[in-house]
Amino acid sequence: MERQMIEDNFELEFEADPNDAIYNASHWKLMWMRFRKHKLAMIGVVIVIFMYTLALFAEFIAPNDPNFTSSQYSYRPPQRIRIIDSEKNWHWPFVYGLKQARDPVTLRLNYVEDTSVRVPISLFVRGSEYTAWGRVEGNLHLFGTKDGPWFPLGTDRLGRCILSRIIYGARISTTIGLVGVLLSFVFGLILGGISGFYGGAVDIVVQRITEFLSSMPQIPLWMALSAALPANLPPLQMYFGITIILSLFAWTGLARVVRGKFLSLRQEDFVMAATLSGTSNAKIIRRHLIPTFTSHIIAQITLSIPAMIIGETSLSFIGVGLRPPTISWGVLLREAQNLRTISQAPWLLIPGLFIIATVLAFNFMGDGLRDAADPYSQ
Amino acid sequence: MLSYIIKRLIYMVFTIAFISVVSFIVIQLPPGDYLTTMISQMEAQGDVVSAELEAALRVRYGLDQPMHKQYFTWVTRILTRLDFGYSFAYNQPVRNLLGDRLLMTMAVSASAMLFAWIVAFPIGIISAVKQYSLFDYFSTFLGFLGMATPSFLLALVLLWVCYQVFGTNASGLFSQEFINAPWSMARVGDMLSRIWLPMIVGGFQSAAGLIRTLRANMLDELRKPYVTTAKAKGLANAFLIIKYPVRIAINPFLSSVAWMFPQLISGMSITGIVLNLPTLGPLLLNSLQNQDMYLAGSVVLILSVLTVTGTLVSDLLLAWVDPRIRYQ
Repeated sequence: MERQMIEDNFELEFEADPNDAIYNASHWKLMWMRFRKHKLAMIGVVIVIFMYTLALFAEFIAPNDPNFTSSQYSYRPPQRIRIIDSEKNWHWPFVYGLKQARDPVTLRLNYVEDTSVRVPISLFVRGSEYTAWGRVEGNLHLFGTKDGPWFPLGTDRLGRCILSRIIYGARISTTIGLVGVLLSFVFGLILGGISGFYGGAVDIVVQRITEFLSSMPQIPLWMALSAALPANLPPLQMYFGITIILSLFAWTGLARVVRGKFLSLRQEDFVMAATLSGTSNAKIIRRHLIPTFTSHIIAQITLSIPAMIIGETSLSFIGVGLRPPTISWGVLLREAQNLRTISQAPWLLIPGLFIIATVLAFNFMGDGLRDAADPYSQ
Repeated sequence: MLSYIIKRLIYMVFTIAFISVVSFIVIQLPPGDYLTTMISQMEAQGDVVSAELEAALRVRYGLDQPMHKQYFTWVTRILTRLDFGYSFAYNQPVRNLLGDRLLMTMAVSASAMLFAWIVAFPIGIISAVKQYSLFDYFSTFLGFLGMATPSFLLALVLLWVCYQVFGTNASGLFSQEFINAPWSMARVGDMLSRIWLPMIVGGFQSAAGLIRTLRANMLDELRKPYVTTAKAKGLANAFLIIKYPVRIAINPFLSSVAWMFPQLISGMSITGIVLNLPTLGPLLLNSLQNQDMYLAGSVVLILSVLTVTGTLVSDLLLAWVDPRIRYQ
């Protein structure tokens, strides 16, 4: 009994302690504290940061020029990084050179490792020339080889380095989701907000539009719309065209969330108080409502990025999305279109792993954010 | 219930009418029409196409009419004679091209659905009952993977694996000798021996989603006091789970099936293209690239009708199961 009282007392004091971090933490800090506990979400964050770093510093990180073609390097398999050579000696990481040999059974020309040629890998090497972000010229690469070619993930039909192409492709494939989500966010926020805040006839009209859009078959319409973009459009316009098409359907989901939040928040006392003190509707929305559910919106946005990434890659893969010379992960996978090519060069499927990793990472991150969005709940 | 059905049916008619307009406009969006494609092809082969010939062809294909007139002719013919117009590229009525492919699309989507159900049902229940077991982690991982893998990628990987293991090309729905054969028991058998690949590819993503829903629902139910009561009364565990929590957890399961089937049909377009199936997807892609407008428009329209009907049927099912929706 006494012990219980002491404990109660202790808890009371604990709660009242003004120096304790939890009770002074801001909303965002509370969210971060909860988010950090979600291990998968943290892994997701790391992967997402990694992918965007690749995209940002593509020129510097990619070991080769992604557009450099050479018929003598066609379909080279990935070269394994080794530290022990065939005579069991230890070295600084290196790869063996490749030589062509005929398969004794199928008589097909294959590449085999040439153990007499040892190509050491070095950091910060001077290699192919590039112009980063359209202005910085350079030839410094994060890693590479000085004597002899090295294609870490093999080459495609035209002898282009797959790893370098994946890294450059990250630029398109990871940003298309962001830009698309931003667009659908603007649509969704405006329409969902109007519909939820005003209600009545406006609400019914917007609701019918969203219902109509979400009852349409998404993929066939994506195909039809992107086939409607002229094939000779410049890459940048094509990129925005595809993005707009992808966000055309994505905004409905966001609008629904925003509307739901508006509907429930409209009843809150603080809105009533603001209205009574003569604040205009626009200001109530901007100053009071939007900040209240920003965290939910961020979670929802993160969760809708994966669908966009998958949409772009699928469209590019079947040939109605982005087209070469633009490099995106979908365009890269188009190289692996038929069974004969895949069985000859399975490494052409590697861009797929990057797609899966990125989509998974966004999903994990979104799950974590959704759980953290309401840090006051248990 | 009757008024609910009637209300939904009226909505559906309006939606489909609107979709038909939208799909017709979308098909007309690209600059030029089938004739410009055809003429540029003829000119590439060295033929000279005079302005008179072009005008004559334009009249013959009805392309000289204004767009709204073309639309109304198209729609009236569909409604009165089920005539979907003429495919320029295939040189035959669109209806002849659609029949079999529509059936195949339905068959493949339905089997993918079945696959998703059969897989998700036991896995979802077991991973909820044995929460945090190795099996649970494995199925959660599988679920995440299923949601993150684009269907075309899964199709490619499975094709490759099949080729490595069995040495055969598993794409297509029929073996070489049955592709153009008339329907027979042997042809059906051949199809059944090949349908498993599109079934897995199409159903994997849906199965992943279903597993997650079912697991979450089951977990909610298993924590409820009635389960404890039943256990305390000495009911056998397996019997108890099947008899009570599963029956309740399955309810939202039905509603997720509702939006799943339309999604499956829509997603099947890309799977169909990658696996070279005789479904509507490859036909759509082909017609879009050729600007074969009546064919493309009809495929989009039919896929939309399938989607809308699927949604309606599932909503009705749900209303039938759950009286709260019916009386809203």
